[in-house]
Amino acid sequence: MNAPTLPAALAETREDFLALGVSDRLQLLLEFSNELPGLPERYRDHPDLFERVIECQSPVFIFVEVADDDTVAMFGTAPPEAPTTRGFASILAQGLSGLSAAEALAVPDDFPQTLGLAEAVSPLRVRGMTGMLARAKRQIRERLAERG
Amino acid sequence: MSVAFDPAAKFSEYAHPERLVSTEWLAEHLGQPGLVVVESDEDVLLYETGHIPGAVKIDWHTELNDPVVRDYLDGERFAALLGSKGISRDSTVVIYGDKNNWWAAYTLWVFSLFGHEDVRLLDGGRDLWIAEGRPVTTDATAVTPVEYPVVERVDTEIRAFKDDVLAHLGKPLIDVRSPEEYSGERTTAPAYPEEGALRAGHIPTAASVPWGRAAAEDATFRPRAELDAIYRGEAGLADGDEVIAYCRIGERSSHTWFVLKHLLGFDDVRNYDGSWTEWGSAVRVPIVTGPERGEVPGR
Repeated sequence: MNAPTLPAALAETREDFLALGVSDRLQLLLEFSNELPGLPERYRDHPDLFERVIECQSPVFIFVEVADDDTVAMFGTAPPEAPTTRGFASILAQGLSGLSAAEALAVPDDFPQTLGLAEAVSPLRVRGMTGMLARAKRQIRERLAERG
Repeated sequence: MSVAFDPAAKFSEYAHPERLVSTEWLAEHLGQPGLVVVESDEDVLLYETGHIPGAVKIDWHTELNDPVVRDYLDGERFAALLGSKGISRDSTVVIYGDKNNWWAAYTLWVFSLFGHEDVRLLDGGRDLWIAEGRPVTTDATAVTPVEYPVVERVDTEIRAFKDDVLAHLGKPLIDVRSPEEYSGERTTAPAYPEEGALRAGHIPTAASVPWGRAAAEDATFRPRAELDAIYRGEAGLADGDEVIAYCRIGERSSHTWFVLKHLLGFDDVRNYDGSWTEWGSAVRVPIVTGPERGEVPGR
């Protein structure tokens, strides 16, 4: 079910990373980290809704919502002491939010490996983002199933 | 060009007080000629969010490992790395990092493989420095590259390989992983599922002492008496013991190596960096599951 074309936001993110040298890719990841969207009011008091991404080396939690019109919204939280993880969550939250459920599920599972980050942060760390994407997609499937 | 040692009373209890500096000492000595401060974190971006003024960054993952062989840098690469960070062979290097100096200790251990003489840890690491409200900056550190000599890495004294561990069975081993990894409930640390092994458990006879027990709440090392109670008391180490510590890939155990070697004064301590990712997948090596240490297998 992997589509050959990447949604525009994620494709642009990838182009931005690949256009940079290795050390500048770290800076861009840091910018994403600083841009991790805050939680909407309705989730602030519901830490129970969030799922821990154990593939990541720091405590990071994600939650995916699928609206009645099928629009996906992804939220993530991670502490400031985990900027790499925050950056990963931010890339996915910004890239997946606004897509339809079908578009989000069609994002290739290996998208994190294609950002040119393996050299900058190491392949082991990139696997944390792979885990995050897999969990986000599984949550989307669960939301769709809950709707019946 | 060695910089004065930290005379803090707490450190004088340790076997090698010259291996530690306090945050107070570092604040007073920042910028002193001959001193290079190095930040080594688990999170590769943490340094960029703010570091001790003048500190340089060394990433354990992307900078200390050989890109092809599962091994550390060779002498030439190490010389190039340190020279590029402005570190001379006679520099006093103070290393600090996140998570109780976990990765800082790993970097110190790799420096020690190359015999860099004056390398110290900042007691309490990054967390204590920040908790005390000491200055951090996002300004890039201006580094003047220097020449660092090409020195041969010496692996025999503080590093153990799989065959060394097999030959060592019957002598003290310290397993520093989580209790769940030790007993064999899981092959990976609770937060690190990617670095697995084929089988779960521990090396026969190894004592379980999770690495983080050596650190107090504020990320400093526990006082000498408390460390003695843990390692000599509970784990049963005695003066003159040859000890090998291991974990999953050798990083947590480099923290324990530092404690045993420099704080408690065991002369013969080696870190088995192949650790459980190698042992748990290697052919024809014995393992034990469950909470008990197990016996030395018959040979």
